[in-house]
Amino acid sequence: MKVKFLIPLVLFVVLVVFLAMGLSRDPQEIPSPLINKPAPAFEIPQLSETNQTFSPASMKGQVWILNVWASWCVACREEHPVLVELARSKVAPVIGLDYKDKREDALAMLAKQGNPYLLSAFDANGRVGIDYGVYGVPETYVIDKAGIIRFKHIGPITMNILNLKIYPLISELQKS
Amino acid sequence: MKSILLITLCVFSFSLSFAKDAAPLADDPVIEQRLISISEEMRCLVCQNESLAGSRSDLANDLRREIRTLIKEGKSDDQIRSFMVERYGDFVLYRPPVKPITWLLWIGPFVILLIGIAGLLTYLRRRNNAVTNIALSDDDNKRIDALLNNQDEKKAL
Repeated sequence: MKVKFLIPLVLFVVLVVFLAMGLSRDPQEIPSPLINKPAPAFEIPQLSETNQTFSPASMKGQVWILNVWASWCVACREEHPVLVELARSKVAPVIGLDYKDKREDALAMLAKQGNPYLLSAFDANGRVGIDYGVYGVPETYVIDKAGIIRFKHIGPITMNILNLKIYPLISELQKS
Repeated sequence: MKSILLITLCVFSFSLSFAKDAAPLADDPVIEQRLISISEEMRCLVCQNESLAGSRSDLANDLRREIRTLIKEGKSDDQIRSFMVERYGDFVLYRPPVKPITWLLWIGPFVILLIGIAGLLTYLRRRNNAVTNIALSDDDNKRIDALLNNQDEKKAL
């Protein structure tokens, strides 16, 4: 008989657990359907070498990082030192995808804040971004030797994410 | 008369300045109609409470342009929908598809409703059994009548 009085309490606890789970989640972070799928192919001009193009196919055989950025994106500026650190560690090449930007603005930003990218592809109209499901710059992808996307992070990456997720993943992918 | 003209002119130029902001329409109204019917069923990823049709964000503009191109290429609505889902996941759809991971979402409310009905029925049945019928004697009936009549008289006063 006593158990009956506990039912509302149990229901309340269940409700609190669900609400707590819902509140601790970031609604901006949507699981990408692209994880474990081949990185979409493209071939677009580079940011600084305008007469040369970049295509993900040229990165086959190595683990690499694709970072979507833009000079107009404030969060990218916040993320920039972390990317510079990542580039300095030389664990994997970092390719930039300059998303819907003006060439001179983008080059000015790199000149001012340092250039962590091996090279940047210049996605002027955002068409490549659509194929990669970009909706909030910056976004970062880790792509394996076979050209499969293994990890995606939406929003600025932090040292924490770098150390806890990206570095371990890269060294694991490089072994295979 | 002059002031009326001035006001009309102001209002008119005001609406003109807004007209600039509207999304460019395709030349073909049929395509535009299809674009609206498809994009109304999709969520804008930047401003998540708005549909792709209603959003003015840059990405929504780009995606509408993309859908317009796909329509012109002769793609079916389903093909366009899967184009979007491949890139942004089921999240872009306002109506989530029925599949194992969404079963709870679809049938959960009905399950809770059934639990509620079952609980209510057992409660009512139990309460029904708890109330025992008391047989009234003639004496009791007389006393009840007396009390009721007494009250009627009071009311009449």
